[in-house]
Formats: sequence, C-alpha cells, structure tokens
Amino acid sequence: MIDRTVFKERFVKWVLVAFALSSLLFLFLIFVFILSEGLPLFHKIGVKNIIFGFKWAPTKGYFGIFPMIISSFLVTIGALIIGAPMGLSCAIYLSEYSGKKMKMFLKPALELLAGIPSVVFGFLGVIYIVPLVRNYLGGSGFSLISTSLVLGVMILPTIISISFDALVSVPKTYREGSAAMGATKWQTIYKVIIPSAKSGILASFILGMGRAIGETMAVIMIAGNALKIPGSILDPLRTLTGNIALELAYATGDHRLGLFSTGVVLMVIIMILNYVANFGIKRKIAK
Amino acid sequence: MRLRHWAIILPLLCVFLVSCSPNSNDRPGGKHTITIAGSTSVMPFTEKLAEHFMVDHKNFIIDVQGGGSTAGIQAVINRTVDLGMSSRELKEGEKTLNTITICHDGIVVVVHPENPVTAMGLDQVRQIFSGRISNWGQLGWKNRKIDAVSREEGSGTRSAFEDLVMKGKEINDATMVQDSNGSVKEVVATDPYAIGYISMGLVDKKVKPVAIDGVSPSIKTIKSGRYKIVRPFLYITNGELDPKARQFVDYVLSKEGQTILKNEGLVGFYD
Repeated sequence: MIDRTVFKERFVKWVLVAFALSSLLFLFLIFVFILSEGLPLFHKIGVKNIIFGFKWAPTKGYFGIFPMIISSFLVTIGALIIGAPMGLSCAIYLSEYSGKKMKMFLKPALELLAGIPSVVFGFLGVIYIVPLVRNYLGGSGFSLISTSLVLGVMILPTIISISFDALVSVPKTYREGSAAMGATKWQTIYKVIIPSAKSGILASFILGMGRAIGETMAVIMIAGNALKIPGSILDPLRTLTGNIALELAYATGDHRLGLFSTGVVLMVIIMILNYVANFGIKRKIAK
Repeated sequence: MRLRHWAIILPLLCVFLVSCSPNSNDRPGGKHTITIAGSTSVMPFTEKLAEHFMVDHKNFIIDVQGGGSTAGIQAVINRTVDLGMSSRELKEGEKTLNTITICHDGIVVVVHPENPVTAMGLDQVRQIFSGRISNWGQLGWKNRKIDAVSREEGSGTRSAFEDLVMKGKEINDATMVQDSNGSVKEVVATDPYAIGYISMGLVDKKVKPVAIDGVSPSIKTIKSGRYKIVRPFLYITNGELDPKARQFVDYVLSKEGQTILKNEGLVGFYD
C-alpha cells in the first residue's frame, strides 16, 4: 500500500513537471517558427530596408515597416498618458485610503474590467468614441487619439494591480516613521511611499505598454489602419499588430514572410519591454 | 476519488475521439466530397450555392474554404482542391489552368447617404484615392477633408480596383484601410465624409452608390457593358474536371444556380 502511495506521489509530480515544461516548449516553438519564417526576408530585403523602410507594398516588393513601428509607439505612449495617471491614482487609493469594504468591491470590478474581451472594447470604440472624436475634434474619428483612449482604459487593470502590489509591499515602518515625523498622509504618500515603490510602479507602466503594443483587435477596429505616420492626433495610423492581422488572410509568398518579419520586430520590442520591467521588479525585491 | 479520475479521463477521451473521427475524404456511406478554396469575395456565394446543391444531392459534401484568390489558384495547381475560386483574371504563369466564369460582380464606389455628391468621373475617383483630390470642396460640397477608405494589400477587391480604376497610379498612404467589404461599408455608413468601394452585392440603404462617368451601377448597366468597374468571379480547374465536381459546376451555371447568384446582387447569365 505504501509503495502505491509513493508511486502515486511521484507520478503526480512528474506529470506536473511535464506540463510545466510544456509551457516552456510552446514558447520555444513560437520563437523557432516566427524566426524561421521571419528572418529569411530580412536576409533577402535587408534589415535596413525593412526596419527603416517607409513604404509598405508587399505585393510590389516594398516591405518598410518604419511608419508602423512609430505608430505602435505613438499609440502606446498615448495609452500611457491616459492610463498611467488614472491607474496610479486608483492604486494609491486602493492601498492607502480605501476601507476594506471598498476594496472588496473595487478589486473584483477591476478583475472584470481585465476580463472584457478586446473586441468589445473595439466595438464600443467604433460606436461611441470614433463618432465623438469626429463630431467634436474633426477628422474621420479613426485616429491616434481614439485608439489611445481605448487602449488607455484597456491597460488600467495591468497598471493598477502591479502598482498596487508595489505600494502595499512598502514596509509599514516607513509609514509609521513618516507619521512620527509629523508628516500628513499625502506627504507620506508623496515623499515616502511612492519613491520607495518607484521601481514597481515603473514596471507596471512598462507592462502596460507591453499590453498596449500587443493589442490587435480593438486597434484594427479604431485606428483606421492608414500606412502613413500620423501627422496629428486626429490622423489614422497602422500598428505592427494591426498590419499582421489585417493582411494575413490573403498573404502568400513574400507577402506572408513580410508579415512574419513584422512579427519578429514586434517580438523583439515586447522582449525588451518585458526585460526592462523585470529588471525593475527585481530591483524592488533586492531592496 | 473516482470522480476526480473521470475529470481527467473524460477530456482526454474527448480529444482522442475527435482526433480519430474519420477524415472528410473517406467518410462512410458513399458520400462524395468536393473541396473548393480561394477568394473570400466568391466564398459566401459559393457557400450559398453549395447549401442549395446539397439539399437536392444528399450524397455530396461540399467543403468551401477561403484563403484568397492567389492561395486558391495555388491550391488548384498543387491539386489539393477540386475547384479554386478567384475574383481576378489569371496572371502570366497561371494561364495553363482553365477558368469558368460563374458570374460578374460590379465594384461600386459608395458614400454616406447624406452626401449630396451623386456622380463622379472615373479620373476623379482615381485622384481621390491617389490623394490628388483630398477635399469635398473640390467636388462641389463642403470644405471638408475626404476620408477615403480602401482595402488591405492582397485583397481581390483591392487588386480589381487597382486594375480597373487606379490604372497604375498608387493608392495614397494616408488612405484608411479596412479588412473586409463589410467593414468598409460600416465606415462609410457611419462617417458622412467617407468614400469607399465595395462589391455590388453588398450595397444597401446604409450607403449610397456613386454614378461613374454618368453611369450608375446596376445589373442592367453592367450587362450592357456601360458600367466599367466589373470583375469576373471565376472557378479555376486544373485539366479535366472530375465528374462529381462537374455536377456542381453545372448546377452553378444552370438557371437555378444563376437565380441564386442574381438574388445575391451579382450579375449572372440569365435575366
């Protein structure tokens, strides 16, 4: 009987190990496939002509994605300008001011917000935000500002939950020390808590950026997908993710490889962002 | 304890059963499978035809897939499908294949219903999409930027539009891009200053068709050859057609099949 129990324990352990490794395997496979499909075109067309090329006409042999790289960063920064102050304020309220009851209500609400599918955000954006922008600000409404607004809301849960964790993990003694010096609550938050949670808060912004830059469905629906670098916040734009999803259906040959190359660039950008964010979080733990 | 085992075994069993289900090609009961792939413009109509066809021909299974004209033609060359669908003429290097024209489709330039502009010259349409004309004031309406909407690179509708309207001129980079006829229509239906182009079969009250060079798009003007922005919907075959697939093609070309296409807003061979 004991043998059987021991065997069972071991069996369960190995099954879990296999599943744990399988997620690593998937990551590895995705890497291999994207690189093996995307890199040949870099070789053929030239890295410079793809990354710094201004013209995208894959059926005619032009694969420049520079405008899309810029556009991706523009919407991401726009989303951050809108989402970061809101998210950080919410996190500060949750960790410093709100009572238990409020927290019990707000936290699940935020989780719900995180769970809303992006196509729903896109749909609401097309129905409400796009006409609003068109009527009151001008342009077609399919624009940098509409996309930034919607993405700003979409990255809220990421920013709030990670910066909340960072704020909560500031030791209680800091707060007590500050209060003992005669500081008010806001002075404590502003001068003590935020500076000591700084790296975690920055990490939350960077992960929010990662979320915004990878968002596809909502962006395709709202951004207008024009190839030009937007000249104003009312101009349409096309992001890297949008480019892949828009053209995938019909792409063959080099066109298809061009989309994979877009994927390679996107992957590198997201890897850098994640690396920077992890660096921030690690420093916090080391402290 | 036993329940927990089942919780693991049942999903596994399901996966196993699904993966073991017979391939469509050797389905039992003497059913014939016809695979068709290609243009997403032709696909919805082929699906409709296949539905009607399978009602009368119970022993047929018609598998219709998208992928785009080029992918469909490639699949015919590789003989991975019985029939290819294309919304463009064959290019050099594809000319060894046979084409069957099943109907014609007009591409219609559409604007918002509130837009007072009802007619344009073909050259004006070209100038709008190449960026030379960018203001509705230049066409005799408000002084307001034109929100031009195009289709994505690789789309059959776009390449037909490029051939028939742009004629070598490039579509401007600042033009918005949507990834289906439906979303182009949605944008034009909601933005009063938009202009786009869609398949004639999809035009309804939400958008207003524009007359080109004095000819408004309709089945009649397309048949008489006066409306020029027309593309063929083709079925592509490689060599002799398999007799089973032949039966389906004959049905499509029959009066019954053509009536279905006509009801969908396409231009068939009968009146």
